Parts: sequence; C-alpha cells; structure tokens
Amino acid sequence: MGSTQLPTPGIDGLGQQFLEGTASGDPAAGMVQLLGPDGTLGSDPVFSDYAKRLEPEQLRGFYADMAKIRRFDQEATALQRQGELALWVPLTGQEAAQIGSGRASQPQDYIFPTYREHGVALTRNVDLAELLKLFRGISNGGWDPNENNFHLYTLVLAAQTLHSVGYAMGIQRDQKLAEAAGSNDPKAAVLAFFGDGASSEGDVHESMVFAASYNAPVVFFCQNNHWAISVPTEVQTKIPLFNRAKGYGFPGIRVDGNDVIAVHAVTEWALEHAREGKGPVLIEAHTYRLGAHTTADDPTKYRLSDEENEWRSKDPLDRLEKYLRAEGLADDAFFEQVKQDGNELAAYVRSTALALQAPDIHDAFAGVYAEPHPLVDEEQAWFREYDAGFESEEEAGR
Amino acid sequence: MATMTVAKAINEGLRATLGNNHKTLLMGEDIGALGGVYRVTDGLLKDFGPDRVVDSPLAESGIVGTAIGLALRGYRPICEIQFDGFVFPAFNQITTQLAKMHFRSSGKLTVPVVIRIPYGGGIGSIEHHSESPEALFAHTAGLRIITPSNAHDAYWMIQQAVECTDPVIFFEPKRRYWLKGEVDTENPGPSADPFKAHVLREGSDATIVAYGPLVPVALAAAAAAAEDGHSIEVIDLRSISPIDFDTVEASVKKTGRLIVAHEAPTFGGIGGEIAARISERAFLHLEAPVIRVGGFHMPYPVAKVEEDYLPDIDKILEALDRSLAY
Repeated sequence: MGSTQLPTPGIDGLGQQFLEGTASGDPAAGMVQLLGPDGTLGSDPVFSDYAKRLEPEQLRGFYADMAKIRRFDQEATALQRQGELALWVPLTGQEAAQIGSGRASQPQDYIFPTYREHGVALTRNVDLAELLKLFRGISNGGWDPNENNFHLYTLVLAAQTLHSVGYAMGIQRDQKLAEAAGSNDPKAAVLAFFGDGASSEGDVHESMVFAASYNAPVVFFCQNNHWAISVPTEVQTKIPLFNRAKGYGFPGIRVDGNDVIAVHAVTEWALEHAREGKGPVLIEAHTYRLGAHTTADDPTKYRLSDEENEWRSKDPLDRLEKYLRAEGLADDAFFEQVKQDGNELAAYVRSTALALQAPDIHDAFAGVYAEPHPLVDEEQAWFREYDAGFESEEEAGR
Repeated sequence: MATMTVAKAINEGLRATLGNNHKTLLMGEDIGALGGVYRVTDGLLKDFGPDRVVDSPLAESGIVGTAIGLALRGYRPICEIQFDGFVFPAFNQITTQLAKMHFRSSGKLTVPVVIRIPYGGGIGSIEHHSESPEALFAHTAGLRIITPSNAHDAYWMIQQAVECTDPVIFFEPKRRYWLKGEVDTENPGPSADPFKAHVLREGSDATIVAYGPLVPVALAAAAAAAEDGHSIEVIDLRSISPIDFDTVEASVKKTGRLIVAHEAPTFGGIGGEIAARISERAFLHLEAPVIRVGGFHMPYPVAKVEEDYLPDIDKILEALDRSLAY
C-alpha cells in the first residue's frame, strides 16, 4: 500500500463494546431503551448519562416537536386526499426516531434525509410549507439545503448514503486544513438517513465500505419501520440490521426508535464519536410506520391490524406525555398549548401550500445547467416563440 | 511546446489542476501507487498525497456517489472509471443524481464532478474493455460530455472539464493514449473553448465529422480521398454534449455532404442526432443524405473480429463514395 496506507479506524472504549456485541435473532436483544411504553424511565449503563443532561425544557420541546410534526402529517395527508398534493409520505409512528436524532445534531452537522424525514426537517428549521413543494408539483427540491445543512429529499433509495460519506470525506479534509491553521471551529459530522428497505440497496453497502475505509465522520441512521411498502424487514435481512456494522468494522447500535430520550442519547453519542474522528456508526432505530407507505397504498392488504395495534401501544408521544405528567414537568396547559401550536402550524402550512405559485417552464430551462448551454438556449427560444404564437392568436381572437 | 502522448498530456493537465486548485482531488481504482491501469495518474500520488489522490474501494457507484458528496461540500472531484464497460454500476448515480442535482435544487446546488472514462476499442482487449457508451450519457440532460483526440486538447480539455461548474464526462480515447503530439502548455490557442468543434482539414466536396479515437481515421480517409481528387473537410467534434452544430452546419452548407463516424453503434447514436439536426438546419444545402459510419447493432465483438466491427478508412471511403454518387 505504501503511501496510500489508510489510518486504522479509531475504535476504542464504547465503540469497541458495540463492535464486539453479539448477533442475535431476538429483535429486542441489545436494544437501548430508556423510556418504556408505560412512561417510566429506565437506566442504561452508558446512555443514562446522556439522558441526565436533558433539561425539562428540552424534554417538553421533544414532545412539542413530535406533536407538531404529527399534526403536520395529518394536514399533509388531508391535503393529498383533497387533491392538493400528488402524493404524501406519512411519518406517523416515527416521530421519536426523527425528533430525537434531529435534535441531537448540531448546526454545523450536515443531514441527508430520504423522503420521510419531515420530523428531522422540523428540527433543522426547514419551512414545512416549502417541504410540500415537492409533493405539490412545484419543485423537485423546495428549500435551500445550505441554509440549514439539511439536504433535499432523495427519492432514489440509498443514493444519499454515498453522498453522505463523500460529504463527510470533505469535512475530514476541511478539518485537517482548519486544524493546521489553528482553527477552533466546532467539529462536524454527517447524519445519513435511510430505511430498512433501502438497507438492501448496493449503495448502502458501498457507502459503509467507503466510510469504514476512510474513517469518515458519518452516522448512518436507519429507521427500521418494519415495512418497505408491502415487504417486511425479514425479506431485507436475516439478522438485526445494526449487526451489519460489525462486518464493516464500526459500531452498530439498536435503539428503541419510539423512545425519544434514547434516540437522542444514542445519536448524540454517535455524532460525538464521528466528530472526534473515531469513524462511522450505524444506528438502527426500531420503530414502526403506523400509516401507509404513501397515500398510494393500503396497508390492510399486506399486514394485520393486530400488529398495528401492538405498535400503537408503544406510541412515542403517549409515553413521553406519561413521563412528563408523572414527573410534574408538564401540565394540562402545556399540552393544550402544544395542541394549539399544532393547529396553527397546520393552518399555516395549508394556506401557504395552497398559495404556492406554480413555477414557469423557463425556470426549468434555467436549472438544467449552471453554465450556458446552446441546446437549452435554442429549445427555450423555440418554446418562447411557439408560446407567443398562442398569445397573438388570442389577441387576434379578441 | 512539448511533445507528449495523449496519456501524458492528461497526466500533466491533472497535475496542473491539482497544483492550481486545492479543492480538486482524484478518486478511482488503482490510481495511486499504480498510477491507473493506463498510468494516466502516474506520479500524482507521490506529489499530492493520499488526500488528493484517493485509491478508492472497488465500487464505481461508490466512487461517483462519494464524489457527489464531496462536490456538495465544495470540492471538485475527478473520478476515474477504469474501463468504459465498468461505468454501469455508477450509471444510477450519474443519471439520477449527478445530472439532476442542479436542476432539482433550482440552481442552489452545483456538483462540479468530472468523470474520466477510457473508451473505445481497437486495442485487442477482452469483453467490457472496448465500449463506446457516450450516447447513453448524451441522452441525459444535465451532463456535459467532451472527448479529446490529440495531446494538446487532452492537456487543456481535462483542465477545462474541472473548471466547469456542471458535471462533465471526459471520454478518453484509449487507443490514442500513446499518440504523440505537440502540446502548448502556456496557451490553449483555438482549444480555449472545450465545447467548440474544430475544423481540422478544410475541403469543399464533403464533410466528415468524427470525435475521439476516429479523428485520425477520418483525417487519413480524407487524405486518401484527396488522392482521388476529392476535397474533404474534417471536423473534430470534441464536445458530444453540447454539440457545436453551428460549425457542422457551416461546413455542410459549404460542402453539401456529410458523413458522421463513431465507434459506437449507429442505431440511436450521436450520428443520428447530427443527421437529424443538420437535415433541419441545412436541408436545402444537402446534396445527399447524411451517412453514418459506426458500430453494428451488437455487443462489442471479440478482439479477433473487431477490425471488421470498427469504422476504418475503407468504411469511411465507402460512405464518401455513396455520398458523392448522389
């Protein structure tokens, strides 16, 4: 290898423990959980310390975020049913996985979502009305990714996991130069979202190979919501997904994805691990998509209502509400306020989405290339003339 | 002025780029210590180190996908795909992600990634090592595709590809890697715009358009035709997307006849596109239908028969005869 010798991945301490964790067929084995479905706070030898750092205000914030995004999800679903959106991708059931992980990220971190990460978008201050542009046929993106370090949704599954690793390799190089220049800027990492379905895509494999080889500061966050449209996780993998990390040589952790406190703790640890130069981490958040994959499918055709009901009893909002009330951290007034805020958000999103102006085809011409392109110019000029022909016909008609 | 091979010219162009812009980096399989299977990156690892010349895992989608991520972070990655026939694992990243990023972000994101691909046959190689897949990429809006045919262009065009804000696929005519030529490393001269076609030989009876590996073949055919008293104009297209139709059109309006030659299969190829455009732009100037000379509608055949498959001087002359007979 000579001068291309790669650095030895800096797996130590906690990372090593996760690396050595044994594979198990029991889905609950080795799952980090702090807040149980009954709302009682358990303990974990590692992550309780992270949970203890949380201020009551943060815990209330988690609840408010989860309630808001669930309300947003209802509104967007309604908009689709009313014919105002072409499609909607509901997140209900996955609020804790998204709010917990998103809130664990720092502003300097960069996030690559798939297309269901509305909750993460909320934590990155993306205007949720802008998020609907994609689903209303207004834009293929909708927001400026550089404003909040939150990339556009990626619809070709898993493509963004490679972008995440490349971005992390860029961070690595930037930090090396910054450190050499004596900079004290906070270190950054990348948070890459994907799902249990996408885990079968080759790009996920390649991204983990690259991340491991270059010790890239990236946290792979897999929301295992148990269904890839109609196909259960068992078809994607015969072992718990987090165990795959071991094969690549970096830590994998399974967390109760409906436990916002545990998700936050685990993600905070993983991002610190990555930012400190210790390499990638895979987090598998064990959660459940309570609704359809999108508004275009019908879950009653492929799964039993008993299963849905079982997961409803593990609801991420209910358990945090129980905890907040039991600990005296939030009262009726708080929950009433959260409800009102959610309704206000829904009203804002609805009115803003309905008022979105349709773009012009000329905006599309302008977006194909960054630099002038003769074919695009020629076709655009042709279209202008063609289009103007209709206008003059109309004028003549009057 | 220096005399060097096309491969060396690309090497020197990459060296200049790495030296001028610290945001550039090379990625690919075996490009480090080995210097690439064609030695195009020879010596660059030693001079620029492993952060700038990255030996990647053996995964083409991974190379292009991570290059997109690096570009989003502000870098200008230059990827090497080892052989034309191995680009397809990266096809998804190139066509659904790289080509569309600027478009889908309404211009907020740019991904100035260069993908170098040695392409074409004629070197007696094995399966998947001799293909010309340029039309598959030319059909994808958002990409730019250029291909040099000589050392001077190779030196400048690779640097121009890197400077371009749009993603560029840089097809390298692998059977011309060892072709020597004069390179002016101080001044690009007429090669200042990589998207402009060059008239390499002026003529009045017919025009031959070629690019990449077939440019020397087209020039040789024109020279042979001259012996029979035909004055043939030869255009090196240089850019496959966009295509400099203005230069081709001006030539055809002068000569009235057009032959387009490429190694890729004629069906659905660049030649068809040129024929259609020129028939629209210069219909009344055409004395004969545009004739395409290219590969057959078959997978690239085994090396022992590739001479029959590849366009050569005789096939171009035969096309010229047909054109001139109208």
